[in-house]
Amino acid sequence: MKKVFSRPKLLKPNPFHYCPGCGHSLLHRVVAEVIEEMEADEIAIGIPPAGCAVLAYNYFDVDMGEAAHGRGAALATGVKRVLPDHLVFTYQGDGDIAAIGTAETVHAANRGEKITCIFVNNAVYGMTGGQMAPTTILGQPTTTSPGGRTGNRDGFPLNLSEMLAVTRGSAYIERTSVTTPAGIRATKKAVRKAFEIQLQGLGFTLVEVLSPCPTNLKMSPADACKWVDTEMVNFFPLGVIKDITAPQENHDAH
Amino acid sequence: MKRDEKPSLMRGSHIVAEAAVRAGCRYYFGYPITPQNELPEYMSRRLPEVGGTFVQAESEIASINMVIGASMAGARVMTSSSSPGISLKQEGISYLGGLELPAVIVNMMRGGPGLGNIAPSQSDYFQATRGGGHGDYRTIVLAPASGQELCDLTYRAFDLADHYRNPVLILADGMMGQMMEPVRFPVLRDVQKLPKKPWTITGAKGRKSHFIRSLILDPGQMEEHNWKLIRKYEQITDQEVQYETFKTEDAKLVIVAFGTAARIAKAAVKRARAEGLPVGLLRPITLWPYPKKALRELSKHAKHFFVFELNAGQMVEDVQLALKGDADVFFYGRPGGVVPNPAEIARIISRQFFQKEIV
Amino acid sequence: MLIKTVFAGFGGQGVLSMGYVLAYAAMIEGLQVTYLPSYGAEVRGGTANCTVAVSNEEIASPIASTPDNVVVMNNPSLEKFQHQILTGGVMFLNSNLVEQRPVRGDIIVREIPCNDLAHTLGSDQSANMVMLGGFIQQTSLVRLESIQSAISDVFKEKKKAKEMNLKALNVGYDYMKNREENA
Ligand SMILES: Cc1ncc(C[n+]2csc(CCOP(=O)(O)OP(=O)(O)O)c2C)c(N)n1
Ligand code: SF4
Repeated sequence: MKKVFSRPKLLKPNPFHYCPGCGHSLLHRVVAEVIEEMEADEIAIGIPPAGCAVLAYNYFDVDMGEAAHGRGAALATGVKRVLPDHLVFTYQGDGDIAAIGTAETVHAANRGEKITCIFVNNAVYGMTGGQMAPTTILGQPTTTSPGGRTGNRDGFPLNLSEMLAVTRGSAYIERTSVTTPAGIRATKKAVRKAFEIQLQGLGFTLVEVLSPCPTNLKMSPADACKWVDTEMVNFFPLGVIKDITAPQENHDAH
Repeated sequence: MKRDEKPSLMRGSHIVAEAAVRAGCRYYFGYPITPQNELPEYMSRRLPEVGGTFVQAESEIASINMVIGASMAGARVMTSSSSPGISLKQEGISYLGGLELPAVIVNMMRGGPGLGNIAPSQSDYFQATRGGGHGDYRTIVLAPASGQELCDLTYRAFDLADHYRNPVLILADGMMGQMMEPVRFPVLRDVQKLPKKPWTITGAKGRKSHFIRSLILDPGQMEEHNWKLIRKYEQITDQEVQYETFKTEDAKLVIVAFGTAARIAKAAVKRARAEGLPVGLLRPITLWPYPKKALRELSKHAKHFFVFELNAGQMVEDVQLALKGDADVFFYGRPGGVVPNPAEIARIISRQFFQKEIV
Repeated sequence: MLIKTVFAGFGGQGVLSMGYVLAYAAMIEGLQVTYLPSYGAEVRGGTANCTVAVSNEEIASPIASTPDNVVVMNNPSLEKFQHQILTGGVMFLNSNLVEQRPVRGDIIVREIPCNDLAHTLGSDQSANMVMLGGFIQQTSLVRLESIQSAISDVFKEKKKAKEMNLKALNVGYDYMKNREENA
């Protein structure tokens, strides 16, 4: 575990602006470590979102190009089509990827764009102050779903990853969390696998990472993690959702 | 510039597409909309022949964002659409402005507002010249009036875009997109020999990592960025204004028209001249930057300006702003996709001379 | 000189290629020319038309609100264009397919049995080029040789079609020429 908390070479020495206990900080480390371990820093191009991670280019020491809210997958498509041998990844929150950017994401997956989306699902709109997200779970109160989300009034939590798995162009989709050391290890493995599959040119890849937002959940970091592990996972079960490289019987199990 | 020996007879949308390829454009992202579908269709066949890539996106929003990505990666890239689709692209055009990215965008305007129709129109003048999207930015706007000009301005648009790191909009209309005229293309450009772009994101190999962003949270820095953009726009205004004048030397009345309307206006000027009326034409080729100085210069001897547009009166405001009340400005427009004939415009000219006792 | 011609008919009758070949021939002769096809909603319902403007000066508008010539290949096109044609203009009718005749007395009408003539060549699809041959003979808008070069260029990849179109062109041309001489 020690390694997770030492600063990877591919993170610039700027202090994180994220709140204490925020999943973004952990995930930045994970992604930077994977790029470093794959020695892919010279071919990596990251696409940060509009969202709490909007300043990701201040941290990742690889080439980065900012996208408008939700358009990461389209922008990454443009980059990857010009630079097909590069490692192109987007880094997007749930509002970014699963609300305003749903169309761009579904169609990038369906075209089988050889990109990787790192999808940070924290069940709220962090940056704009805790409004309801497409992934806000039923019963969860937010500033725009007072009293807790109800399906009738607010619509239901959206399982984007499962939707994307249905597209013919997606190659690998997994849901992990960064709430425990084991979850962080699994996340790292998943990101690495997604990157490798991308570089093999097999199709669209995505890792959805359940991530605590203590600030907007109005909980301590520990409680926020616990909430993700006990409540959120009921709507967003962890595990591999699609993997075209897996042996057939494993694939059928999902 | 070396050109093909033989002319080609092609429709406007194909001319723009081929001219883009000749200029080194290798990436096209778009979404179908009439009356410019022939442009993406052509690109889907043509780009693979020159090692390029065509992607039909799921929407105009997606396609302009793909353009942003390809531009960040250093490519010459284009998208095209018609009015409703250009509205959707505005988000991305504003980002192109803020991110200082080169790209060429084509609008084959149709009648509006709303879904409107597919007839030729010039009703997106405000949208094109005022930015269209949010924020303090400018788009270079080129308004071709013939097949040859569709070719030459498209070709030039890529150089302008790269030179200024700014989006360039080709503002034509449904008729120009459909109409065929003979055109002589510049020969295919060697993309390897295009000027290098040191600012792109192509992987941090042998250099420090780059980032390209438009988010600047600190107001002081944001202001600095804005001033930098403004200085760039001033430079463009100084150096890139383009227009054509026709029989303006002794004109007492000057018609101001662009694109399709200017073709009709020119024929009307010839008719009016045949009647002995001292009338001329000023045709802005760049709509932004606008040929304000040229107008002021003309107003020294012409005290009457007749603005003719295929809309309900948009460019007329730029003429009024340029003339600052020093001359009489009269407007006649046909919105909704109606294209009047030269005789109609010639009649209005003679009526102006008579009613206003212009001698 | 500015002469505008509308070619109109069913989608499959080759009206657009008639116009294109004429425009191409005008380009070969170094004339100013525009070609404007009907597009979008206008072509729904299976009818198609195009306008070719030929001039020795810059052409203002490729649209013809009052065309000098109209080539009519089917009934609906007669309906649509007989009231637009210029006084003294020439209407070319494919007499095999157009049953009605124009009500206007101020225009010149030329009838060509395009389908019959094409049929004698064993190529029903060449009715359009038969018409174009007759059209050129009457209007002298461009030289016959220019049209022939245009056909050779436009159909250079389709040898058979090229040969047949050239034949059909001559058949139409000769038909009108003979009629003129016998009149
Ligand atoms: C077109 C547009 N609409 C709205 C916004 C405001 N906005 C910025 S980030 C965001 C949502 C952020 O939520 P999420 O994507 O879940 O990321 P998080 O901040 O939680 O990491 C919104 C609505 C914007 N930047 N652009
Ligand atoms: S608001 Fe939430 S997601 Fe944003 S930095 Fe704070 S904890 Fe992280």
